[in-house]
Amino acid sequence: MEVGRSIVRVDAFDKVTGRAKYTGDLIDRPVLEAAILHSTIANGWVKAMDISAAQALPGVVRVLTCFDAPDIQYPTPGHPWSVEKAHQDVADRKLLNRRVRIYGDDIAAVVARDALTAKKALALIRVEYETCPVVLEPREAMATGTPPIHEEYPDNVLRHTVSEIPLPPDSGFQCAQEVLDCPGYHAFSGHYETQQVQHCHIENPVSWAYMEGGRITVVTSTQIPHIVRRVTGQALGIPWGQIRVIKPYIGGGFGNKQEVLYEPLNAWLCTQVGGRAVRLELSREETFQNTRSRHPISFDVRAAVDQDGRLMARECVLVSNQGGYASHGHAIAANAVTGFRQTYLDQIAHRSEAYTVYTNRSSPGAMRGYGIPQANFALECMMEDIALEMGLDPIAFRVKNLMPLGYVDPLNGITCHSTGAAACVEKGRQWIGWDALREKYQNQTGPLRRGVGMAVFSYKTGVHPISLETASARIVLSQDGAVQLQLGATEIGQGGDTVFSQMAAQAIGIPTEDVRIVSTQDTDTAPFDTGAYASRQTYVTGHAIKKAGTLFRRKLLDYAGELFPGAEGLDIRDRTVMDGAGNTLITLADLAMEAFYSLSHSEPVTAEATAHVKDNTFSFGCCFAEIEVDIPVGKIRVLRMVNVHDSGTLINPALAEAQVHGGMSMGLGYALSEEMKFDPKTGRLLNGNLLDYKLPTAMDHPELAALFVETCDSSGPFGNKALGEPPSIPVAAAVRNALRHATGVAVNTLPLSPQRLVEEFWKGGLL
Amino acid sequence: MIQVWNAVVNGQPVELGIDPRESLADVLRERLGLTSVKKGCEVGECGACTVLVDGTAVDSCIYLALWARGKQILTVEGLQEPDGALSPIQKAFVEEAAVQCGFCTPGIILSAVEIVGSGRTYTRDELRKLISGHLCRCTGYQNILNAVERAVHEAHKFVGGEETQE
Amino acid sequence: MFDLASIYEAKSVSAAIRALEDDPSAVVIAGGTDVLIKVREGRLAGRRLISIHGLAELEGIALTPAGDVEIGPLATFRQVAESPVIEKTVPVLGEAVDQAGGPQLRAQGTIGGNVCNGITSADSASTLLALDARLRVRGPRGEREIPMAEWYRGAGKVNLAPYELLVKIVIPRENYEGYFGHYIKYAARNAMDIATLGVSCMVKLSGDRTAVEDVSLAFGVAGPVPLRVYGAEAAVRGLPVAEAADQIGPAALEEVSPRTSWRATKEFRIQLVRELSGRALREAARKGGAVL
Repeated sequence: MEVGRSIVRVDAFDKVTGRAKYTGDLIDRPVLEAAILHSTIANGWVKAMDISAAQALPGVVRVLTCFDAPDIQYPTPGHPWSVEKAHQDVADRKLLNRRVRIYGDDIAAVVARDALTAKKALALIRVEYETCPVVLEPREAMATGTPPIHEEYPDNVLRHTVSEIPLPPDSGFQCAQEVLDCPGYHAFSGHYETQQVQHCHIENPVSWAYMEGGRITVVTSTQIPHIVRRVTGQALGIPWGQIRVIKPYIGGGFGNKQEVLYEPLNAWLCTQVGGRAVRLELSREETFQNTRSRHPISFDVRAAVDQDGRLMARECVLVSNQGGYASHGHAIAANAVTGFRQTYLDQIAHRSEAYTVYTNRSSPGAMRGYGIPQANFALECMMEDIALEMGLDPIAFRVKNLMPLGYVDPLNGITCHSTGAAACVEKGRQWIGWDALREKYQNQTGPLRRGVGMAVFSYKTGVHPISLETASARIVLSQDGAVQLQLGATEIGQGGDTVFSQMAAQAIGIPTEDVRIVSTQDTDTAPFDTGAYASRQTYVTGHAIKKAGTLFRRKLLDYAGELFPGAEGLDIRDRTVMDGAGNTLITLADLAMEAFYSLSHSEPVTAEATAHVKDNTFSFGCCFAEIEVDIPVGKIRVLRMVNVHDSGTLINPALAEAQVHGGMSMGLGYALSEEMKFDPKTGRLLNGNLLDYKLPTAMDHPELAALFVETCDSSGPFGNKALGEPPSIPVAAAVRNALRHATGVAVNTLPLSPQRLVEEFWKGGLL
Repeated sequence: MIQVWNAVVNGQPVELGIDPRESLADVLRERLGLTSVKKGCEVGECGACTVLVDGTAVDSCIYLALWARGKQILTVEGLQEPDGALSPIQKAFVEEAAVQCGFCTPGIILSAVEIVGSGRTYTRDELRKLISGHLCRCTGYQNILNAVERAVHEAHKFVGGEETQE
Repeated sequence: MFDLASIYEAKSVSAAIRALEDDPSAVVIAGGTDVLIKVREGRLAGRRLISIHGLAELEGIALTPAGDVEIGPLATFRQVAESPVIEKTVPVLGEAVDQAGGPQLRAQGTIGGNVCNGITSADSASTLLALDARLRVRGPRGEREIPMAEWYRGAGKVNLAPYELLVKIVIPRENYEGYFGHYIKYAARNAMDIATLGVSCMVKLSGDRTAVEDVSLAFGVAGPVPLRVYGAEAAVRGLPVAEAADQIGPAALEEVSPRTSWRATKEFRIQLVRELSGRALREAARKGGAVL
């Protein structure tokens, strides 16, 4: 079995020897350097620009401004394109913008012989602005009289959606509101807020572009090369086939590089200097200010619970702060209310309402979990708070209401094909010693107190039926009997290349060591795949690999059948073709040589297949955390923490565990310390660097434990389902619930930072 | 403004012209093609550009190249054995699944080289402190610590005991 | 590549001072962890640098025959933290600088730079202040010695003329002998961070180790510059250790003036002063053998 082996990563050797090449390591010389001029206002217009001094600086090749850029609005999110106009992404920005909507908006660019000259030239550009008041919060943006940030959205609401699941015909209620108001049920309401955080991949976005044969090649650090090609074509208004995108190894993405950030500008700048190579590398500060982040969302939730502790109805009203540009737009808010609805089952009704609102903040977009880390914080705080209000055991209350096997989401039809949710909870409970600790930490006094908390989540796998799910795979025989695997799916650090290789090996019947994956995507040659996001690749691309592998295997065996007429029951084992009686007929290496060089029938075997996946399934899991809080100084120390996941069958358990660690770490930062802070007056990001933005260091982590409950999902290509994003989801709520256990204080806003805690403890009378 | 610069880089004497305004990271990456030296922040906050200068881990992005004149500089390109075998530290990173996107990896490996080379053993918490100058977003540091711990223990033929806390 | 006019590598202290006399606008660079960041940010862009990096006469940590501790300003945080002299005489200083940044930064940043850049959050500053360290500076007309108490002249400004160079940090024997110290760095992270509040406390116990015979308490980030709370120190001198620990925080509030910034509110910093002062005193006393 190749699936299920904890083999070492196929790229590990190259990465520990420094030989793995990332975009910035591959730059061709000579290369010109581009730098972007960012606005020093957050809302308004560029009235005029004087570039004469910059243009005159020796070494400057060209200065281009928002007055020069093509008048084309284009969309940036890494969604599959929709052929239906109504589902197409919002096209609300230009390569360089005269209308300034965030502090640091892109208003001009310099191309120079070196980076220092480009930077100096930026300082010489004089800009005249017309300013509008800065609006950073949705409630101000939606207030009557606030001028629109985008003319097309006069009330600054990008989108507002309401949905309600159909009520059972015999319920006796007409709508969710009636159930929520029903005096026979325990009524709960709560308000929860999450903060804006960033991905913090260690490699900043970087690309370089050059022209060859009249076409533009962009080499870039992206999760989605085929989408970069499309959006670059759209932004420049040229046929998409005129663009070639090459994606080497990337230094992390986490959703930020599931967006077409600066490739179009880089491509355009290249065309403006005669096709000479131009590099556009963002600084860390630009990455913070000008790339994406996770949406801050505020939630107002309600629930009606019967005396047995069953959820009768819930309501979730959320407002998502979109910042200055639509990016992934309402998709994230919509996913958040959907995620809030799932995990647990409402017996009668569920109502959702979501607003996505433009403001002048740096624009959030996709980030690991796509709205679900926010929704899960609200959901799992709510579940905890209901349990405590009603005197129910928080775990029993959750388990009683969990989505059952066979659950079909009433609105999008996503089906629960497998569930290890309850088993995950039980495993976590045992690991942490829940019952004893809940008892032990009751009624503490003193400045140092301990608590234990948990949270549960569910997460769908891929984007069907909201968007297209398609992936292609190509398998090519080598003369030595091994194969090359070519995919449009991308390795972004998660271990994709390794598990793809294992899947191909499994499908063909050869050892993984005989699968050589082509890690780099070149859109001219890589099969089509929309890329790394939505925890989709092992599921969707997995199906394509399985299909191509099965086809490849059949072709190999057919060819062997020609060589050994009359042989029956052919099979591939131990790098040989065997017959049904177990006789070795030919080694794969010899078979390959025949296939390549036979004078009677030459056919170097290849197989290519596309999987258009029209199914989806849920992953599950939970986090348990034991914490100690130092009340007078507001500090939480996480003592022990475990995530337990049901991601179906694990393709590579060791890599799965490693990925869970990373997600837990990201969840820990979300829980305790990370937050993008903006100056309310100017809209400027105040902590856009790795010193002031508090990404946890090795000293800020407890030991991380990752456990699994393996189910075999019938819809997954190898029994597998989502894994990449889920680990970061439940951590914040688990820590918050542990804090509530330790102190009795319910903190409903993230992050649980020291100052916030001290303020809450003052309010709660603990200090 | 070009000045002659010499140093021993990965065991080989190197002499070249540099601009004195260049950081050590600039010289190693741009002039010597040692692209394992990554830039993640350029201000000493992420550790991706860490190299060893005379055996000490420094952030090469905020270290003037001219200060390294005459010194021994090590990057991960210089770690493999002459026959190509991985060093024990590299091997530990591979086998402990301590590598994900790989961008922070070369820098952390170099800190690990210094740690292992100190001739001491360390507690888990001491190791956390010794790698705390590196930011990693993929791993939660868990397997990185496992790899460093393993390399330290292997170097000392010392496994288990009170100095490991698990 | 940094945006600089030039870099002059001084081969001696006197050469550096001469260069400073020639161009008082030049910037002295030692470890580079502060200056190069400011150059990149633009605050020191285009300037002329005078590098004193690696000047042997400014390195080293030694004990004089009289028992004073002398620290060369080019001693890195790491060298201070690992110095047997420091460990024997003022271990609290080693513990304090061992919390600056991360390991690489501590191997690059120098204690002299930490003192000369004048920032209130400097991890060495509050301890040097609590120790009444003396700073020996040299200019074209010779040397002078400045007590830490007279060093800070406002946020980012220190008592150093443009053509002067810090050449030694001196901790007189009588300032540390018999004292035990403790430094608390309060920050959002346990590494790679700047202090939200730094508290350093030196305690001398009574013979029976039950009372505080003498105490000094200094803060970073409790005001625009590192500061001592002499009134609070006087108020708890002579008290039993536990009582002193309880009282010194509230007493210190009279003398601190933290401000609200986006990093933390004044109220939160005051809460930290109230709480952490006593903790620092208690811990220092515990190191001195007080039973608590």
